[in-house]
Amino acid sequence: MEERGTRKVSLRGWGGVATMAVACALTVVFALLLPLTQRGGAVGGDGSTGAGPGGVAAGVQARADDCDADVEGKEPERSVSRSGSDSGGAVQAIMDRGYVSVGVDQNSYRWGYRDPNNLDESSELEGFDIDLAHEIAREILGSPDKIRFKAIPTNQRIPAIQRGDVDMVVRTMTISCERLKDVDFSTAYFQTGQQVLAPKASDIDGFDKSLGGKRVCSAAGSTAESALKQGRTDRKIPADTDISETVPNQLDCLVRLQLGEVDAVVTDGALAASQAAQDPTVQLKGEPFTKEYYGVAMKKGSDELVRRVNGILEDYRKSGGWQKSYDHWLKQALGASEGPPAPKYK
Amino acid sequence: MPPQQTRGAAPPVPAPPAPPRRTAWAEGVDRLRAAATTEPGRLRIIGAVLALLVVAFGATTAWQMTDRSAAADDVLHSSQPLSADAADIYRSLADANTAASSGFLAGGEEPAAVRDRYERNIRTAAQKLVTAAASTDPGTRSAETIKKLNTLLPQYKGLIERARANNRQGFPLGGAYLRYANEKMQTEMLPEAENLYTTENERLRDDYDAATPYPWIAIAFGVLALAALAWAQRRNYRLTNRVFNHGMLAATAASVVVLLWLVVGHTVARSGLNSSYDDGVRSLNVLHDASIASLKARGNENLTLVSRGAETTSVNGVSKDKYDVDFEKQMDLLAKKLTAADALADDSAGRTPVNGANASMKEWLKRHGEARDEDDDGNYQRALDKIIGSKESKPTSECFDLVDQNLDKALTHEQRQFSADAGGGRDAMTGLPAGAALLAVLAAAGAVLGIGRRLSEYR
Repeated sequence: MEERGTRKVSLRGWGGVATMAVACALTVVFALLLPLTQRGGAVGGDGSTGAGPGGVAAGVQARADDCDADVEGKEPERSVSRSGSDSGGAVQAIMDRGYVSVGVDQNSYRWGYRDPNNLDESSELEGFDIDLAHEIAREILGSPDKIRFKAIPTNQRIPAIQRGDVDMVVRTMTISCERLKDVDFSTAYFQTGQQVLAPKASDIDGFDKSLGGKRVCSAAGSTAESALKQGRTDRKIPADTDISETVPNQLDCLVRLQLGEVDAVVTDGALAASQAAQDPTVQLKGEPFTKEYYGVAMKKGSDELVRRVNGILEDYRKSGGWQKSYDHWLKQALGASEGPPAPKYK
Repeated sequence: MPPQQTRGAAPPVPAPPAPPRRTAWAEGVDRLRAAATTEPGRLRIIGAVLALLVVAFGATTAWQMTDRSAAADDVLHSSQPLSADAADIYRSLADANTAASSGFLAGGEEPAAVRDRYERNIRTAAQKLVTAAASTDPGTRSAETIKKLNTLLPQYKGLIERARANNRQGFPLGGAYLRYANEKMQTEMLPEAENLYTTENERLRDDYDAATPYPWIAIAFGVLALAALAWAQRRNYRLTNRVFNHGMLAATAASVVVLLWLVVGHTVARSGLNSSYDDGVRSLNVLHDASIASLKARGNENLTLVSRGAETTSVNGVSKDKYDVDFEKQMDLLAKKLTAADALADDSAGRTPVNGANASMKEWLKRHGEARDEDDDGNYQRALDKIIGSKESKPTSECFDLVDQNLDKALTHEQRQFSADAGGGRDAMTGLPAGAALLAVLAAAGAVLGIGRRLSEYR
């Protein structure tokens, strides 16, 4: 919980202390319940990713059994070790082509987005994810601009990799056991969790019974959607919480929220913070109720490329590039960070 | 008239085939029969029948032609303008939506020309909605539709303003608002506008149907009156050996004039109206459809770049960009409507702009393909230049503008043709009701005078 613990918490006095105590207690409860959620979420999966080709099933099955979010050594965010070849194969293909093809988002403020007021033609996309993508291009090809961005929707992240439309996806993509069946991930480059976003004046105080009778929005096919479904099954949120409003993009939830068509939004804390940055009247409510890591997704079996990206991430963490990018894009919304999550290897 | 009618309300007794009691009708018939035994009596009867027939002819002519003339007037001055207004509402809404997305693509500060186009279209839609509401009866389907559109328009404008405000601040939330506004327009407002347009077109078709049928009753009375006049004159000639009876001759001449005027006048009017429908209204409908398809296609093309994959749709199991799929659908429709417009165009002045639009559409498709390729390759800026860029980058905006201008030209031409044909048709009926009535009165007077002259010989 590196960044989370250091988030600016503007609570004062005994009320603040009490709130913190409650928050800590809740965190403990969530930590205990987490395994349930994670496993359930993996089973529920997001529908769009289930379309993986059957051909890789045999090889995948063994790996999938090795994946368990709450067993030390089997967490999904463990990536291939650094030992072994990190050139040839997919890396060579990229070098031959002369540019990296990266799937990104353009609607995630501060992560991957297009600033309509930035008239500089060379960098029409910007954000934390975009910085990382440029860094990868710089390390592999020697220039941060040897890159082609493709804006892909949430439910197209995995098919785009499988079809080979992109070499990798750097798009606030959560590493999960379910997704590991279809794609490979780098080590984690960011830690976040699902969080509730609601108007400041709202009486909603987190992912709990205060959501009773409220309309909650989530992006179709996202982790948030399955977390909401799971939450209702597990009775963590009341049965009369209306979770039927799903939208094509997480940002569409903020539109619905501003128009009063929904009462709350559930999305990654990082993305919820990016929404809060665009509307000062809404805020994150309660602590993250899941623990998730963002990773760079690549084609299944392209170990050389994964190793290469892991190596780049190591350098990125150490050189202060990560910190610089965080401070530039995210510090304002998420508060100061103690640093990137430590890499875990198999 | 049945004989029972004079007996007032005594329904229990079923109508007897042979009336046992004498009725006024029977008495009248008897009296006529008695009168018919003398020549003066016969002449009186003939005179009365002739006058009746001629007056009936005049009256039915005036009545039927007043109806048709009024319907033709409605076509020209009420239902067609209303149908054109409905088409304008539909078109300006689609145009405003397209302008909104164009302005968005251009960045936080939208170009003045695009903003003006948006504002102008919203204004047009709002004004025409007021006009349409004023000429629609409350409770009708059109009134309901207009009410809905009046509710939705400010909502839509609100969403667009939010989108602009957020876009100006550089927030991607603006794009999300724009997509939401577009959805409201595409799934709620445009279908309503289309309803209104269809309803108004049906009303126009009804007016045509009321204006164009032949006035058969009037024609039948005319033929009957002329036949009766001919018979009476022939009888007169045989009994008196006088070739001409001036009164009846005048009556015949007047009736012939009315009948000819009626038949020729209506035939001319009918052909004018029919050609105004076939060459005008049908062309106008197809051209309006084409214009709306091109506007929708342009809006979708813009949104493909605004959303950049934020929304997808599944086509035969393959997931595609929602807006690009919609673009292709509208371009297909545009191609179909342009082919139909070409087939309907009856002169080169109508055909030239349609062909121009067709050529621009093909170029548009070609350039759009190039823009998509650039975007799929990740060259967003180059794709953007291909859509709204300057002249050197050969953007699709040029092609869209050409399609739009050509369709405008074609619409103006067809509207002019409609007004000329329908106006000519309506004018062919001018004076017919009044003229027919006057001539019929003269003819009746002639017939009565002619008979009176014969009657005077028996004094």
